[in-house]
Amino acid sequence: MFWTFLQRAIRFSTVFMFGATGETITEKSGHLNLGIPGVMCIGAVGGVLGESLYLKSLSDISQINGFAAVIIPIIMTLIFGALAGLLFSFFTVTLRCNQNVTGLTITTFGIGFNSFYMNRIDKTGFTAASEYFIKGFPCADSAGWFGQIFLSYGTLVYLAIIIAVIAAIVIKRTRVGLNLRAVGENPATADAAGISVTKYRYIATILGSAIAGLGGLFFIMDHLGGNIEYNIDAFGWMAVALVIFTVWKPNWGILGSILFGALYISPDFMTVPSAATKEIVKLIPYFVTVVVLIVTSIINKRETQPPAALGVSYFREER
Amino acid sequence: MQDNTVAIQLKGITKTFGEVVANKNVDLTVYRGEVLSILGENGSGKTTLMNMIAGIYYPDSGEIFIDGEKASIHSPKDAFSYRIGMIHQHFKLVDVFSAADNIILGEEYKGFDVKVEAENIRAAHTFENAAYEAYNPEEHTGVLAYLKAPKYHSEKETKRKIAALPFIKIAKRIKFGWLSRNRADALQSIANRYGFEIDLKKKIYDMSVSEKQTVEIIKVLYRNADILILDEPTAVLTPQEIDKLFAVLRRMRDDGKSIIIITHKLNEVMAISDRVAVLRKGEHIATVNTADTNEKELTEMMVGKKIDLNINRTEPHDVEDRLVVENISATNHDGVKVLDNVSFTARSGEILGIAGIAGSGQRELLEAIAGLQKLNGGDIWYFDPAKDNEKIDLRAKTPVQIRDLGVRLSFVPEDRLGMGLVGNMDLVDNMLLRSYRNVRHTEAETKCEGDAAEENCIPASCEETTDVGNAARENPNIKSNKAKDAFAKFGKGVANCVSVLWSSVFLDRKSPKNLAENIVTELEVVTPSTRTPVRRLSGGNVQKVLVGREIAAAPTVLMAAYPVRGLDINSSYTIYNLLNEQKEQGVAVIFVGEDLDVLIDLCDRIMVVCGGKISGIVDGRTARKEELGTLMTNYSGLKAAPDSVTEG
Repeated sequence: MFWTFLQRAIRFSTVFMFGATGETITEKSGHLNLGIPGVMCIGAVGGVLGESLYLKSLSDISQINGFAAVIIPIIMTLIFGALAGLLFSFFTVTLRCNQNVTGLTITTFGIGFNSFYMNRIDKTGFTAASEYFIKGFPCADSAGWFGQIFLSYGTLVYLAIIIAVIAAIVIKRTRVGLNLRAVGENPATADAAGISVTKYRYIATILGSAIAGLGGLFFIMDHLGGNIEYNIDAFGWMAVALVIFTVWKPNWGILGSILFGALYISPDFMTVPSAATKEIVKLIPYFVTVVVLIVTSIINKRETQPPAALGVSYFREER
Repeated sequence: MQDNTVAIQLKGITKTFGEVVANKNVDLTVYRGEVLSILGENGSGKTTLMNMIAGIYYPDSGEIFIDGEKASIHSPKDAFSYRIGMIHQHFKLVDVFSAADNIILGEEYKGFDVKVEAENIRAAHTFENAAYEAYNPEEHTGVLAYLKAPKYHSEKETKRKIAALPFIKIAKRIKFGWLSRNRADALQSIANRYGFEIDLKKKIYDMSVSEKQTVEIIKVLYRNADILILDEPTAVLTPQEIDKLFAVLRRMRDDGKSIIIITHKLNEVMAISDRVAVLRKGEHIATVNTADTNEKELTEMMVGKKIDLNINRTEPHDVEDRLVVENISATNHDGVKVLDNVSFTARSGEILGIAGIAGSGQRELLEAIAGLQKLNGGDIWYFDPAKDNEKIDLRAKTPVQIRDLGVRLSFVPEDRLGMGLVGNMDLVDNMLLRSYRNVRHTEAETKCEGDAAEENCIPASCEETTDVGNAARENPNIKSNKAKDAFAKFGKGVANCVSVLWSSVFLDRKSPKNLAENIVTELEVVTPSTRTPVRRLSGGNVQKVLVGREIAAAPTVLMAAYPVRGLDINSSYTIYNLLNEQKEQGVAVIFVGEDLDVLIDLCDRIMVVCGGKISGIVDGRTARKEELGTLMTNYSGLKAAPDSVTEG
């Protein structure tokens, strides 16, 4: 029972993990991308579109190649996510728009784009294709609880953890990460030190959006098993909350995502009388985030504060 | 020492911001191994000029030559590649990083060229092989033979080494990109070698101003800068720290580096620089050898006309106690005592100067009076001249409560754009900030009330006025004139009601607009219009706007903290004159200053604070600089303030 719960929590946490890692990378550069829910929707559309195109190109559904069925949607998702990130950066860096407004616009657009396109995409063979997303290591079943906890997941779950770990290491222990943090903390200083603020902000936002988009793909292809008529923006907001919850640290993000995942699926394991109670339990992640926000601002430790220039655009020649 | 090699040369540099010309056709030459001071008033374009060398701005026209070659500096990165480093007035440091991380920030990997390196290896091997062949082992015996014997490199070995080069390059690149845990230690040894006493593992937010400046200097040295630009480096330092800084600068100059220092302070120009370049209104006036000039001559060049250095101090008249502070104490967030049992009296028609090293409690003292600082004990009394010197308690009151008591207190805070003005708002709105509460209803309401009292039939509310009309119509005995009168009054009543309603909903923008225009003309504020956001004005003009607004409020107590900080001489004198005018009008002026000469020339009494205590109050007419200096650093043996020393 417990192992099943943990397994499902870890699996579901992937949605948040991609979103939170992507948003953390973006926010470290000083960009507050509130478009993450929209980016996840857009990414999901890209992936589903890729999958659909791939399946259509096959003469018969039985010819499906597992590797191609997974990698093509992933690449398409990355491209769509990156384009959404590019759009955000173009608006905020080049055209100097307000970040909050731009982000919310992308969210609104992404949700609409998602509902509009998802209904029009041919989903024949999606159930078969999603099998390849869900499939874990072959030896998972024979390895008892160990297999269940560590080996039973699909590709995207491992990918999410690998990306989060790499992001944490890069941010904390490399010069690129140091420069990125400087851009988010004090762009004028970074600029004076010879770091291109524009370049770092563009790249961080595009990369972050591409990663966040994978969360949408995971939700559709893995969690829902190829059922595409479902909007995912709520999880995008959860990912934004998670960034605050984990005080802008992708490695904590892994644990935070699992916690959020556990809270989200826990109603399924409850024997409570009303559906209302279950919905209330789903609210806990947001509540916890508010508590964390209050606690970190009371403690007021500099290391747990958001990047100082978060949400602030930088123009060199402004006086 | 100066060796007459030109390090950097500017030719005809021009830079404009919108309509404002910051630099106009500036020529400037800097030699190796010299300290060059850039002297000029506020807004004379010193910082802009230097920013163009440092790559922050790009000139509209003109050329920059470095080591005789034309350079194009588009970004700070380009500046680094020309070995130019700038230490900005507002330090460019990331607060949450350690000093070491700030120093290595933005450093780029300088890899080797694989082809060149391959050639080097080949050449070295060929040379060693030739040596090997020419080597005669019989000349060397024993251990020597082994030590000096050249090695033979086979063709295979050479090829292997060359083939490995790209991989070595990548490995080095990765190693460079990786932040080792002991990165601070490596830097620390460099810093220690230069003689800097600083812990590079410390976070910037834990550092004092002078430590931060040291980090900036190490940062520039670490980047191998040959040309160092310092923008007002002494503005925030104590005298001891300034001496230390100058020692460092002299050492660097003797190392052959060129140092450009921007400053307002003439004594520092004389003390540190080899040559002085004077800028005025964006133009280069002259560059002179420091040894051949004096402070007076430089001042003349700087301001363009001879200025009277004497401040006109009048004898105070009608002096009465206006503000009495008794034994107040306060602690800051960290629980450190910032005010310790402070007592003094501010009198009308007098300027009370407050001297002290920055951070000795001046700010907290003024904020305590303004109702912004929480006090642990003591009293603040205000004697209201409008109410026959009635004693009013100001302690533990908010600024709004203080104002509602009728206390006319004006405060020019140290932090102009943080506490004094709103940077994003224009001049008019900033005026409005202080006046929007006492809007027009004084005028309209009193009129309305007056009428009502007189006729007893013009009510204050519009609904009731209809009753008046009805009453007039219902009573046939009333003559038509009277009815007319009644209707006229009725109309007037309505008009008054509307105006009351209008002014309680909408802001009066006319009087603040007039005020803003007055300030602009009278104080010669340089601004495109009164609708310009305040943050776009230069520091001196911002200060003029703030001081102008506070004085316009017709205060009885005027507190000004460093009102001339960062201002040029002309603007400073405008401010001094304004303060003197206020004193003449019977205002109790409290002036926190840093320049002791000014304090001695301007103030009637000077109170010296030190470590949150009052170390003495002296008469401004008889005070000597040395005396004040001693009191400022008199941390031990502080006594209760001898208020009696003061009559003057």
